Amino acid sequence: MTGLWVVLVALGVALVFGGYRALTDGRARPVRAAAKADDTPRLHPAQVGESLGSSATFVQFSSSVCAPCRATHTLLAEVTGARPSVAHIDLNAETRLDLVKQFGITRTPTVLLLDRGGAVRHRIVGAARRAEVLEALESMA
Amino acid sequence: MSSTTQTAARAELIDPRGQRFAAVITSGLLAASIILGPGAGLWVLVVQTLAFAAGSLLGLSSSPWGQIYRRAVRPRLGPPTELEDARPPRFAQSVGLGFAVVGLLGAVAGLPALFYVAVGFALVAALLNAIFGFCLGCEIYLLGTRVLAR
Repeated sequence: MTGLWVVLVALGVALVFGGYRALTDGRARPVRAAAKADDTPRLHPAQVGESLGSSATFVQFSSSVCAPCRATHTLLAEVTGARPSVAHIDLNAETRLDLVKQFGITRTPTVLLLDRGGAVRHRIVGAARRAEVLEALESMA
Repeated sequence: MSSTTQTAARAELIDPRGQRFAAVITSGLLAASIILGPGAGLWVLVVQTLAFAAGSLLGLSSSPWGQIYRRAVRPRLGPPTELEDARPPRFAQSVGLGFAVVGLLGAVAGLPALFYVAVGFALVAALLNAIFGFCLGCEIYLLGTRVLAR
């Protein structure tokens, strides 16, 4: 009898947690700018060894190929390919633990959308959704 | 503007549907083990623990559920549309192995609570994988890397 309850609880936990993730994954969440400009989380081009886009940059944190990382990469490559002023940088989170720590990345894929100055404006955790990506990009203009 | 990649070269690749198939079998066995309890369920847990050990220590292709998938299921499905890196799911097998071993210890040492909690956690992870295609190990892989790098 105990066992049956344990199985039911485990099923409930899995459904609630998995359902919550299915609903929230891939949404673009705005990152509020700090009161002082200096406190806003910011990425410098030197940290990634590449120049940022002239209007915006997607910085993607990936790990040893999670399938959603590949899907996100394909989506962002397509979106930035059509927009000359937007860059896409795909980083290996496992070798860039410094940045993982700096931005508090907990899982992959996580995408940071930076403005022209490198300040983090949006954060997308989980496989990015096209509509959310485009909306976030538009809100930056 | 262009899109650049600084991700590492890819290692062993697997068919993600095989992982899902294995997760369904794993969920069934873990649930059966819990329902049967630390007495009779111990032997079911032993079988799944060996499967976790094979997938974790020898590689995913050595897991008995992976073997069944490759020989009996995949030929009927056709080739996969995408492949996945084997490391995160293999890591997940190691996490499952850890919980299963603790569950076995609980059953053998006469600590039913330990058995139920440990196997219960393993069941949650397996169910998430089976129902949502969600790989708990993939999620905590980065956290694990962060902790190990410290």
